[in-house]
Amino acid sequence: MIKIKSSEITSKAEYLSRRDFLKTAGIVTAGAALLAACGTDEVPAAPPTQSLPTDQKTAPLSEELTPEDSVLNYNNYYEFTTDKERVAGLAKDFKSSPWTVEVSGLVNNPKTYGIEDFLGSFTIEERIYRMRCVEAWSMVIPWNGFTLASLLNEVEPTSDAKFVRFETLADPDQMPGLVNKLYPWPYQEGLRLDEAMNDLTILSTGLYGETLANQNGAPIRLVVPWKYGFKSIKSIIKIELTAEQPSNFWQDIAPNEYGFYANVNPAVDHPRWSQATERRIGELKRRETLYLNGYADEVAHLYEGLDPNKLY
Amino acid sequence: MNTKKWEFTPLQIAAHLGSLIPAILIGWDISTGNFGIDPIRDFTFRTGKAALVLLLLSLACTPLNTLFKFKQVLKLRRPFGLYSFFYASVHFAIFIGLDYAFKWNLIQDALLEKRYALVGLATGLILLALTITSTIGWQRRLKKNWKKLHKLTYVAGLLAVVHYIWLVKQGVLDPWYFAAILLVLFILRLPTIKKALSSLRKRNLQRASH
Repeated sequence: MIKIKSSEITSKAEYLSRRDFLKTAGIVTAGAALLAACGTDEVPAAPPTQSLPTDQKTAPLSEELTPEDSVLNYNNYYEFTTDKERVAGLAKDFKSSPWTVEVSGLVNNPKTYGIEDFLGSFTIEERIYRMRCVEAWSMVIPWNGFTLASLLNEVEPTSDAKFVRFETLADPDQMPGLVNKLYPWPYQEGLRLDEAMNDLTILSTGLYGETLANQNGAPIRLVVPWKYGFKSIKSIIKIELTAEQPSNFWQDIAPNEYGFYANVNPAVDHPRWSQATERRIGELKRRETLYLNGYADEVAHLYEGLDPNKLY
Repeated sequence: MNTKKWEFTPLQIAAHLGSLIPAILIGWDISTGNFGIDPIRDFTFRTGKAALVLLLLSLACTPLNTLFKFKQVLKLRRPFGLYSFFYASVHFAIFIGLDYAFKWNLIQDALLEKRYALVGLATGLILLALTITSTIGWQRRLKKNWKKLHKLTYVAGLLAVVHYIWLVKQGVLDPWYFAAILLVLFILRLPTIKKALSSLRKRNLQRASH
């Protein structure tokens, strides 16, 4: 099975230039058709649309993108509802602007960023990642975002910082799901600092080239593609560097079922269901789940010496 | 020979039509190509829920009669139970045939080693036994034991709710609503509660006739 390379990275500029290229190609093709219609022999050879100029690091896409409509309408966002297909409607009027993210804790330069600061000062890239939910379904999503490392480098974690803790907004006026008091709101997540600094880890502000929709975690969310989806925390208001391992939402609820690492691993089943396979949204046949969601080459080294069976 | 004429009360007709609604809706969605985002999950879920609702309806008939002396509903126990088995069968067929495409090694991993799935399978087997023995012939053959056997409907209801609880993430409340309904139906069957209810009803009737 061919993997999507983690480094399937396209810079925003290239992403746009690709689009320009497509446009141009379209015009050329249209022109060619016109010329052909006029019976002219000298038809300029239209570039084949199959071989788009790609980043050298980019492998040809072997797995199809999940349709945008599915990405927008199949969401786990319990602050709104536990019903995946109702999140989009309930999040419709969510106010994701103005928005600030407080970056604090064990850093030399604590700072509160406005969402526009991120867009101004960090390079927005496109990253096509698999998203594997702990519920055994998956998608392939073209995210737009920037590396978490680039943000962390700016705030400079101190030598005591070992972990990063993230927190989601919890606003009962906007989020009807918060009435369920069985959950330990606000949603929080955590990463080890080296996981956070890994090049695969991004903060996303968009997908499919559009600004992030509310139901997908607007205006800014984490994407950690080798971990189960619940690690990729949405609508972040706080990023805190800590010395101690922070707790996370699902581990707080069911420590016997969800851990801190939540690394995708087909060999380690959820206590109640199998993780060996997944249903890719838009496909009928089940796929076999890949170790670290197919990103072992990039991140397996982070877990050397640790028992992968315990990194659930 | 069954010489009884086929006579349906409006209530029975309504019960049959109502029981068919989920199937009609699913058939409609399939024929119009309205498959949703995760069709296998969707159809699995809808057939499972229909089976559970009908099972609980079947269990609700006797308490309804106890409460309101509404004898007609007793005739609905069997059709509700049979429809429940029908939806449970489709539910199982989707799981094995569509979701896991008859890949036995995967099915073994997903079905036989996971408690939520095992409990679901047990529910289905009970419903199968109850369906086979639902005929008048079996009723006669088993005599007193038939009633005992068909008390397993309650076990099936309990297992079905547990199946649902074990497959959702913690804090998802939907299966607990079904658990609450099941509990109420249980309580209404306790002999002491039953007695209290019927004496209460008699007293009300007497008062009404005065």
